[in-house]
Amino acid sequence: MKTDRKRRTARREFLLAAGGIAAGIALDSAAAPPPARAAASLASAEATQRAMEKITRGKPVNKGKVRLELPELVDNGNAVPLAVRVESPMTPTDYVKAIHVFTQKNPLPEVASFRLGPRAGRASVATRIRLADTQTVTAICELSDGSFWSGSADVVVTIAACLEEL
Amino acid sequence: MARAIINLPASAKRGEIIEIKALAAHEMETGFRRTQYGAVIPRDIITSFVCTYNGVEIFSADFHPAIAANPYLAFSTIATESGTIACKWTGDNGYSLTESVAISVA
Amino acid sequence: MRANAGAAALCFSLLAALAIPACAAETVPPRSGYEFMGRETRAIQDDDAANPGTLWVLDGEALWNRKTGPSGRACSDCHGDARASMKGVAARYPSFDKARGRPVNLEQRINSCRTEQQQAKPLAYESKDLLALTAYLGRQSRGLPIGIADDASTRPFLEAGRKAFNRRQGQLNLSCADCHDRHWGRRLAGNPIPQAHPTGYPIYRLEWQGVGSLQRRLRNCLTGIRAQTLNYGDPELVDLELFLMWRARGMKIETPAVRP
Repeated sequence: MKTDRKRRTARREFLLAAGGIAAGIALDSAAAPPPARAAASLASAEATQRAMEKITRGKPVNKGKVRLELPELVDNGNAVPLAVRVESPMTPTDYVKAIHVFTQKNPLPEVASFRLGPRAGRASVATRIRLADTQTVTAICELSDGSFWSGSADVVVTIAACLEEL
Repeated sequence: MARAIINLPASAKRGEIIEIKALAAHEMETGFRRTQYGAVIPRDIITSFVCTYNGVEIFSADFHPAIAANPYLAFSTIATESGTIACKWTGDNGYSLTESVAISVA
Repeated sequence: MRANAGAAALCFSLLAALAIPACAAETVPPRSGYEFMGRETRAIQDDDAANPGTLWVLDGEALWNRKTGPSGRACSDCHGDARASMKGVAARYPSFDKARGRPVNLEQRINSCRTEQQQAKPLAYESKDLLALTAYLGRQSRGLPIGIADDASTRPFLEAGRKAFNRRQGQLNLSCADCHDRHWGRRLAGNPIPQAHPTGYPIYRLEWQGVGSLQRRLRNCLTGIRAQTLNYGDPELVDLELFLMWRARGMKIETPAVRP
């Protein structure tokens, strides 16, 4: 027996067939903007290693439990769908605390950090990332017992054909 | 104007794992692009995302410039009780946006 | 002698068969650009909750209902609920405009409504508001077949569009047909060449990291073949839009589509 689920958003209607919505805006007062950064060259393998060590603080990283879902050949490096799934029962005593995603050849090695907990039910996050070149994407996850596990995937990135003038 | 969309089931059974999808309108300017005259376009990104369920944080994320424009997240949580699931995005240049959705849990 | 003639005839017909180029897109079942994308990109288009184009569609809905100009009228004041009144409209644009004596595209139709009925300023091409409105209207035709009138009034413009599609131009001396009729399915700089059917405009293009119109895409192509690009709203661009939509007749609208 299938329960009828109407997925809804901020104003109860989402699918435009049923009538769309306009989501609201809440803006806080402006904070000071960060300094402009110079365009950097692609990050080195050392920079990636250092970024990972900031998270793991010298603890060993085991290979396993972490699976990355990425296209093998991306349509466009500007928006590459990524899903990270970690094998974990996600109980209050055995769960994934955080997932950190890194690249080797982007200007910066860090992509994102996700913080979960037993309330997640599943250790699974999806997003879309930017990839500057053909490279390996790595995810390191931290478990509730303090251990680190990692997985990676190789991705081929080609650029779109025709460059434009606006 | 639409600034963000949260998508999750309107209702769920207690203990059921539900998927939450959150999409925000934002250019996520990396800080590495240059104008045709060579000037760097300054970084302007969403840096943080926090999701709460009746006020309790259930998921959060830190974004770096490698997160694609119009950032998308899909994650899950256990439906525990009826109430409000709220998502807050914050970022450079004082960017801040909150959206909430009600959920009924039987 | 007879055996030789027979063999020659066989060779000749084999050579002829091998020499047949990839069929023109018009004569084989047309395939949407959707089919040339990776599985993961298609999944973005298929899920309204993940498709960034949805943000523009929602903006368009807000604009549809917003009173504007000295008239103080919203689109909805005359046209009511777009889900009913605008259903199928985008699927038959560009459309012949009697007052102008030529076809106009959806952007131009929206702007004539704005100036003539709302006494409001026209929206700039590729402005967020105009893209939002065309995305919202396009969405009301999602799933419906494209149908462009082919009659005495549109025929000269269809012919002009067809000529533009088949004309070699630019430093690379390429026509649209060279890539999109004769080499679709093959790769250009690693990316598959689609058949160039405008089924999902305005599209969320990953390359643009935003939504853009068919004319923006056409201008990109012209720049890509190192030809003189045309200004937004140029009659030649509208003629080309008209021809491309006619060429895609029967295909389903996918707006807001996602494309690489």
